[in-house]
Amino acid sequence: MAIDEMEKKLRPPEVELKPYPPKVITLASGEKMVVREARRDEVGVLLGTVAPLIGVAADFYDIVAARMYAEILGWYRYRVANEFVIVGAINGVIAGIVTSRHVDDKLGMSLHTLTIKRGLRVGAQLFAAKMEHHIDILGEDEVYIVAESPNGFKRWMIEYQLEDRSHLYPQVRHELGGVPTYVLTRKLWNDVKAVKCTGTRPVSDEDLKSAEKLIMPSEYPQIPGFKR
Amino acid sequence: MAARVGIVGIGHTRFGNSSEYDLADVMAYAATDALQDAGYLEKRKEIDQVIVGNMASGLFVHQSAVASSLISRMDMEPVPAELVENGPASGASAVKIGYMAIASGLCDVVLVVGGEVMRKVSGWMSTDIVATMLHQEAEYNMGLTLPSFGGMFTRLYMEKYGLTERDLALLAVKNHENGAKNKYAHIQAPVNIEAIADGPEADVVNNYVAEPLRMYSTCPVSDGAAAVLLVNMDSPRVKDFKKKPIRIAGIASATDTHCVHNRQDPLQLNAVRIAAEKAYKMAGVGPKDISFAELHDAFSILELAISEEVGFFERGKSYLAVRNGETKIDGRLPINTSGGLKSKGHPVGATGVSQVVELVRQLRGEAESGRQVKDPKYGMSVNFGGFGNNVVAVICAKD
Repeated sequence: MAIDEMEKKLRPPEVELKPYPPKVITLASGEKMVVREARRDEVGVLLGTVAPLIGVAADFYDIVAARMYAEILGWYRYRVANEFVIVGAINGVIAGIVTSRHVDDKLGMSLHTLTIKRGLRVGAQLFAAKMEHHIDILGEDEVYIVAESPNGFKRWMIEYQLEDRSHLYPQVRHELGGVPTYVLTRKLWNDVKAVKCTGTRPVSDEDLKSAEKLIMPSEYPQIPGFKR
Repeated sequence: MAARVGIVGIGHTRFGNSSEYDLADVMAYAATDALQDAGYLEKRKEIDQVIVGNMASGLFVHQSAVASSLISRMDMEPVPAELVENGPASGASAVKIGYMAIASGLCDVVLVVGGEVMRKVSGWMSTDIVATMLHQEAEYNMGLTLPSFGGMFTRLYMEKYGLTERDLALLAVKNHENGAKNKYAHIQAPVNIEAIADGPEADVVNNYVAEPLRMYSTCPVSDGAAAVLLVNMDSPRVKDFKKKPIRIAGIASATDTHCVHNRQDPLQLNAVRIAAEKAYKMAGVGPKDISFAELHDAFSILELAISEEVGFFERGKSYLAVRNGETKIDGRLPINTSGGLKSKGHPVGATGVSQVVELVRQLRGEAESGRQVKDPKYGMSVNFGGFGNNVVAVICAKD
């Protein structure tokens, strides 16, 4: 059909990515967070989770949520190549989401990290899971990373001591808007992995089942009085 | 005879991230809250003196003269206003100066506001700014910071008394349980001993900050402000306020060597002990009379060490009391009912005032359900400046 031919031209070429093996992390609260790759059929619940935060200016939630919304939609509609989405879910309720993109065998492009449940390092754990996927699972040598909020800068650039390659612009540039590009190299990752990345595998059937059906949060600490 | 001083108004912001706001706005929020609590907002220009506690606004937010800024923000000109700085004990020092202004007969009504905005800068920068209170040549220039002192102090205490990292985690569990119920706390989330100490993922979930101190034995970096309105209880003006005063029964401070290495025994916090002894004497009470306490747990170890110095427990034995649940909200002597610095947060200039606000909330019976101490008579706070070199102790009483 003509439309299929056109659609084919609109889609970027993709490679099949190795799946991210799920893991479970016991958060400081004692709650179990299952970390797993999101499926394409879960896009509705993902977008429904992200959308309310587009109106939250504090801590740059608005820009991160708006961009993540577009990234998830782009993934769903085949407009971004080799993207993956990882979620953290507590009893199925989404606590955080990360988006990222495999560029080629050597390079990953970290997109966004959105923390919904705060105060328990959910974002830090999901960011680490994303880096684990890029370097340990997909085998890339480097991941390009930018920060669009001071919180992100503190968590990633400073805590991971990422390599600043902004002076190499435009030869080295992240896909997000030309902001300074920092890089997680395999060496840096191996140096910090033991203190940044955790989780138990395999995940028990019971825990996996708890995260089988993703649920949109009914409340957001960022939006007092939120009702869905 | 010195006038009796009472607290008739309290105010508090929710501690956490207020870095999008101006420091004066954050302090004005707490001050307005305190004036409304006292029913004195409309009469604010009749206040005799405003005292502001702040540690390092010049470094954190590039703003000085915050007392003047606060006055204008509150439309309170021409009320006199001055700033008090005593490191992380700036807040309690401001309360002490406010107390002295009334006790001396110079003033009848004094507003004390403590505040800090620390999160405009990175956590590392914030740690560096706080470290500027150390001895420049002997400590700061050698790379020492407050968490590194906390780590070394903890290690020494562990070796001498048998404290374990799990004991520190038990303190976090207790304080987060309280903080989770405190509407003003920065981290309103309970934590679980399995997750932060016993489980296979604990090393990452509760990572080292300054070994053996971990994330859950170290306070967060917080923004926030707190305020108290003080009144001369012997003045006719005491009738102008809508709430009955909570009396400041004892307030005292003491100092110790600036350099920690100059102390005979670095585990002995002489300034804490002496400030507490003076406050007890002034109040005419002793450690056994205290119903609950707010102790400066910037690092969890300090809650233990301070509780021993003020006479609540024998030296080296306080962690056993924690194991037994004696310092929980329903224990024999609840400590850090607010969540402490660990869970409530530690905006350095605000903390001392915030501790006094908690004493008043508890003594009035206004703490949230589940963290209200039963029928308290005396509450005590200890605000710790430097690494124990300038300490303020406060005892409040419900008459």
